[in-house]
Amino acid sequence: MNIEPSAMRDVFLERIWQEMLHNPLIFFVSADFGSPVLDKIRKDFPERFINVGIAEQNLINITAGLAIEGYTVFAYAIAPFITMRCYEQIRVSLALLSEVRSMNVNLIGVGAGYSYVVSGPTHQCYEDITIMRALPNFQVLSPADHITAAGLFDICVSSDGPKYLRFDAQILPVIYEVEPPKISDGFHVHQQGEKVCLIATGFMLHTVFKVADEITKDGHVLGVIDIFNLTNFSTKKLKNTLESYSAIVSCEEGFSGRGGLDAMLFEFIANNNLDVKVLSIGVDPGYSFELGSRMELHEKVGIGTQSILNKVRPFIKTISN
Amino acid sequence: MLDYRRDLIDQVEWVWKETLAIHRRAPETRLASSLSVIEIFVALYYGGVLKFDASNPLNEGRDRCIISKGHGSICMYPILADLGFFPIEELQNVCQTGGFLGGIPDPIIPGYETVNGSLGHGLGVATGIAVALKTKKSNSSVFVVTGDGELHEGANWEAIMFASHHKLDNLHLIVDNNNISMLDHTDNIVSHSNLLNRLTSFGWECVEVDGHDVVAVLDVLLEQKNNTNNKPKAIIAKTLKGKGVPGLENASLSHIINPKPDLIDSLLGKK
Repeated sequence: MNIEPSAMRDVFLERIWQEMLHNPLIFFVSADFGSPVLDKIRKDFPERFINVGIAEQNLINITAGLAIEGYTVFAYAIAPFITMRCYEQIRVSLALLSEVRSMNVNLIGVGAGYSYVVSGPTHQCYEDITIMRALPNFQVLSPADHITAAGLFDICVSSDGPKYLRFDAQILPVIYEVEPPKISDGFHVHQQGEKVCLIATGFMLHTVFKVADEITKDGHVLGVIDIFNLTNFSTKKLKNTLESYSAIVSCEEGFSGRGGLDAMLFEFIANNNLDVKVLSIGVDPGYSFELGSRMELHEKVGIGTQSILNKVRPFIKTISN
Repeated sequence: MLDYRRDLIDQVEWVWKETLAIHRRAPETRLASSLSVIEIFVALYYGGVLKFDASNPLNEGRDRCIISKGHGSICMYPILADLGFFPIEELQNVCQTGGFLGGIPDPIIPGYETVNGSLGHGLGVATGIAVALKTKKSNSSVFVVTGDGELHEGANWEAIMFASHHKLDNLHLIVDNNNISMLDHTDNIVSHSNLLNRLTSFGWECVEVDGHDVVAVLDVLLEQKNNTNNKPKAIIAKTLKGKGVPGLENASLSHIINPKPDLIDSLLGKK
């Protein structure tokens, strides 16, 4: 089997379009952000497609109003703008209001991490996992390929409450070629290792595979886990999985030590009394204006393959001793 | 008709007294901004403007009333209790442990639709509701009550642009234009003196009215509600913050002034 890679947003929007064909309660709201598949939605469902313009606060407010009236709403914009430009609207009228009013809202943020490579720090997004997982009632969903993105659509349609999807803006290689991950688990074990396990989300899963391959040549087999639901995963299964390790390496395309994936794993380990050491790999906190390829930028901020190898090799030694 | 008008005026006086009494028991509540908006709520709820069902507050056929000026709506507590949204005894428990009527109303209160208190959110959410009702082909309307200070929040203007573009003539904005924010008169902060022109130029049908003439407010509300002209509607209600309370009325710092209990007692005829 050979699946052609696609953009996460295109397969996800295709699922929305298909759902809109038979479900009259779906609304799609964009903050002047498009995609080729979105053109189909605009053309076929003009009465259920709204472009609010470059106005993310209003994007969220309109979304909230539609949602409490019973519509399932997909709101769509570039990742830093749909999270940070309108954070208080999200807090007040989605996270807080969903305590008392039923709503199904799905915020689709495109441009996780450095995926808008040449656009610089305004369009890149390194804080979204931190701030979105801070909100009660929200699910934070972070796929590593388009197969997972398409699978997450089922959660979006079937489960009540607000959700945030962080999509890569680039077309990423297919990870789940053979079969899709079990979405309800929230994570997927790709390979079982000996003492150390790499846990990644989004784009970093692709880097982590390269890191694991290199370390295998050193004679160590590392575990590899993809976590794509950062809030509502199977805690029992993750606990069982991590119990077999002495250490984990958390890898995210977001700031290190600022409340993202690393903090989530620190909390999980502490709350479950696991005897597991943690190495946090993430973007060195700070904003960079340098230009280069995504991989070049990653090496500069400490999350490229070589940068990770330079941190992981000595870490493994401390575990092995 | 005269009797009806008299009833509305009597109701305004009753709500005014009950609001003072709540503040007397719970001084944590903001009094002045509730006193400018009483006639607006009385007209909406007692004048036959709003469709509502107190026994089923989220009944699909209701008109939606979004009370965006959250902390300035303590006067809604006696109104909602009187209309049967919750037992009137709850008015004794405002800001008390175990009660549900807080210093800023929460969306758990029957009759409140959305989260208020953090200002500048009501109009945008109401605009989304108005789109939903149009899409459902519902004949319900959406009313939003904001303060004028709150209109300094930019998100309002995103909604104001959007609503006229989308011809949301089922959306009604009522501005409690008391000209005072927390620290000063709005003319000394960022003036709203040309609010009527601003809203009109944004494509809204906009009318100014004496916000303390309950009958005048009601007449405009009814006229606008029945007008399906493809335009969102706005009423700028010229009001006085702290209306009727000496030392509070139209005082720059009235938002954070608490009148002395003795003064409230004398205004309530208890001394």
